[in-house]
Amino acid sequence: MIRYIVRRLLQAIPLLLAISVIVFILIEAVPGDASQMYMDPEKGTDPAYLEQVRKSLGLDQPFYVRYAAWLVKTIQGDMGFSFRNRRPVSLEIGDRLPNTLLLGGVSLLVSLVVAIPIGIISALKRYTLIDYVLSTLALVGISVPIFWVALLLLQIFSIQLGWLPAVGMHSVRQTYTGWAAVMDVVQHMILPVIVLSVAQMASWSRYQRSSLLEVLGQDYIRTARAKGLRERGVIGKHALRNALIPIVTLVGLSVPTIVTGAFITETIFSWPGMGRLGVEAVNGRDYPVIMAVTMLSAVLIILGNLFADIAYAWVDPRIHYE
Amino acid sequence: MNELSTPMALQEHIKPTPQWKLIWRQFRRHRLAVASAVLLIIMLLMAIFADAITPYDPNRIDTAYAQGRPQPPSDIHALGTDNYGRDYLARALFGMRVSIFVGVTAVIFEIGIGVTVGALAGYFGGRLDNFLMRVTDVFLSVPGFFLLLIIAGIFAGTLLTLVFVIGALNWMTVSRLVRAEFLSLKEREFMTAAQCIGVPGWRMVTRHMLPNALAPIIVAATLAVPYAILTESALSFLGLGVPPPNASLGNMLQDAQQWLRTAWWIWVVPGVIISLIVLSFNFVGDGLRDAFDPQLRR
Repeated sequence: MIRYIVRRLLQAIPLLLAISVIVFILIEAVPGDASQMYMDPEKGTDPAYLEQVRKSLGLDQPFYVRYAAWLVKTIQGDMGFSFRNRRPVSLEIGDRLPNTLLLGGVSLLVSLVVAIPIGIISALKRYTLIDYVLSTLALVGISVPIFWVALLLLQIFSIQLGWLPAVGMHSVRQTYTGWAAVMDVVQHMILPVIVLSVAQMASWSRYQRSSLLEVLGQDYIRTARAKGLRERGVIGKHALRNALIPIVTLVGLSVPTIVTGAFITETIFSWPGMGRLGVEAVNGRDYPVIMAVTMLSAVLIILGNLFADIAYAWVDPRIHYE
Repeated sequence: MNELSTPMALQEHIKPTPQWKLIWRQFRRHRLAVASAVLLIIMLLMAIFADAITPYDPNRIDTAYAQGRPQPPSDIHALGTDNYGRDYLARALFGMRVSIFVGVTAVIFEIGIGVTVGALAGYFGGRLDNFLMRVTDVFLSVPGFFLLLIIAGIFAGTLLTLVFVIGALNWMTVSRLVRAEFLSLKEREFMTAAQCIGVPGWRMVTRHMLPNALAPIIVAATLAVPYAILTESALSFLGLGVPPPNASLGNMLQDAQQWLRTAWWIWVVPGVIISLIVLSFNFVGDGLRDAFDPQLRR
C-alpha cells in the first residue's frame, strides 16, 4: 500500500510540471506584461524607464529562464507577491483558505447527511410516488444554475423576510465576542452553504440510489433474505455497507472542489475565501496569485483522486493495489 | 446460438425488430423524457426563429422606457424592459439562442476531440495509447473552471473562443469512454472476421467500431450539453463570458443582481429559461441512457 501511494505521488510530479507549463504559457501569451502594473503615471511612457522596470522584474529574460526561476522559488515555498496589494501570495492564501475550508467542509457534511437518506429511501421505494418525486427533485437540483438559486434565496430570506444577512462573513459595525461572534458567522454561512450543497446533494442522492439498487439485485442479498433475515438486517447489514462504497469515492473526488469550486458562490455572497480570491485575481490580472491558485487546485485534485482510491481499497477488501 | 438451432423455415418468418424501434419503444416509456424532448424542440425553434417572434432588436434602446430602472411588463413590451429600455422578451429569446448555440457547438467540438483521442488510443494501443492517456490525465487534473476563468478573463472572449475553450477542457470523459469501448470491441469475433477478409484499418474503425460505440457517445453528448450551457452562463454571470451588449442568459442574470428588490421579472425570466433548458436536456439524456440499455427493455 505504501509503495502504491509513493508511486502515485511520484507520478504526480510530471503531471504538475505539465500543468504549470501550460498555465505559464497561457499567461505568457497575453499581450503586454507585468511591467505595466508597476508603471509610474508620469514616467510611464518613457522607454528607458520601462526597460528598467522590466529588467528589475526579470522580464527581459527569455521564457524558459523565467519559468525555471518561478519553479525554483515555488518549490522553496516562495510564491511571489500579489500585484494588487504587494502582499506575499502565501499570506493572501493563508488568510482565505480557512474561510473556504469552513464553508466547503460544512456544505460537504450537509450534502452527505441529506443525500444518503434520500438515495436510500428512493431505492427502497423504487417506482413509487415518493421515488418519482425525490428523483425528479434531484434532477431539478442538478439542473438549476447555482447562481440563480443564490439570487432566489437572497431574494426570499434576506430581502423579503430579512431573516439572514446577504453578504460577507461578519456583520459590519458590530464587534461580537465569544458565542455571539460564532453565531454571527453561522448566520452568514447558512445561505452560501445551502447554495453549495444543492447540486452536490442532488447528484450524490442519485448515485446513492443507483448503487443501492445495484447491490439489492446481487445474489448474496437473495441469500440473506432466503435464510430468513429480517428486511432491516438485510438492508442495514448487507446491502447498505456495499452501497456506500461509491459515495466514498465521490466524496474523495469532491474534496478539491471544496477549495476551488466556490468561485461563484463566494463571489455572490462576498465570502472572503479562495474562490473569490481566484475571481479577483483573474479580474485584476494578478498573475502570481493566478499561478498559485491554479497549482494549489491541481495539487488538491491529484491528492483527492489518490485519497478516493485509497479509501476505495480501505472500504472494499476485494480491491488490492500493487 | 438460438439462431443456429432455429429451423430455416421458421427463421424466414421472424422479422427482427429494428434496433431504433426498440430504442424508441423504450424511450417512450419515460414520459418526462418525452415531454422534455418536446419542450426542447419548442425552445430550439423559438431560439432559431427569434427574429420572427419578436419585432424588437434585443440591443436597441427604447428611449421612452430607458428610465434608469427596469420597466414592468406592458402591452408594448410583453416582458417589460431592462434599465436601458431594451425589450426583455427579445433579450431573453436571443440570450436563449446564444446559450443553446454555445452549449451545442461546444459539445460537438468536445465529442470530436474525445472520439478522435479515444479511437486512436483504443485502436492502436501500445505507446500511442499510453501517451494519449497521460495527456488525458493532465487535462483531468487541471482545475477546469478556473482555467476557463483565466482564459475567458485574459483573452476577452468572442462566442467562438468560449466554444473552443469549453470544448477543449471537457473532452476527457468521452475519450476514456470511446477508448474503453474500442478496447472491448477489438476482442469480439466480428472484428477478427473483418480482419480475416482484409478490411482496411480506417474502414474497420468507421464501419464497425464507431457505430457500435455510438450509444454511449450519444448519451454522453446529451448530458454534456447542459453542463456546457451551465458553464457558459456561469462565466457570463461572472462577466467573463458573452461580452455586452449582446444578451446571454448568464449576463442577463448578472445585470439582474441589482434589481432583486425592485423588478422580479428581470431575475426570474432568465433563470427559469436556463433551468428549463438544462432540465430538459438532463431528462432526455436520462431517457436515452435507459433506452439504449438492453437490460432495461421490457
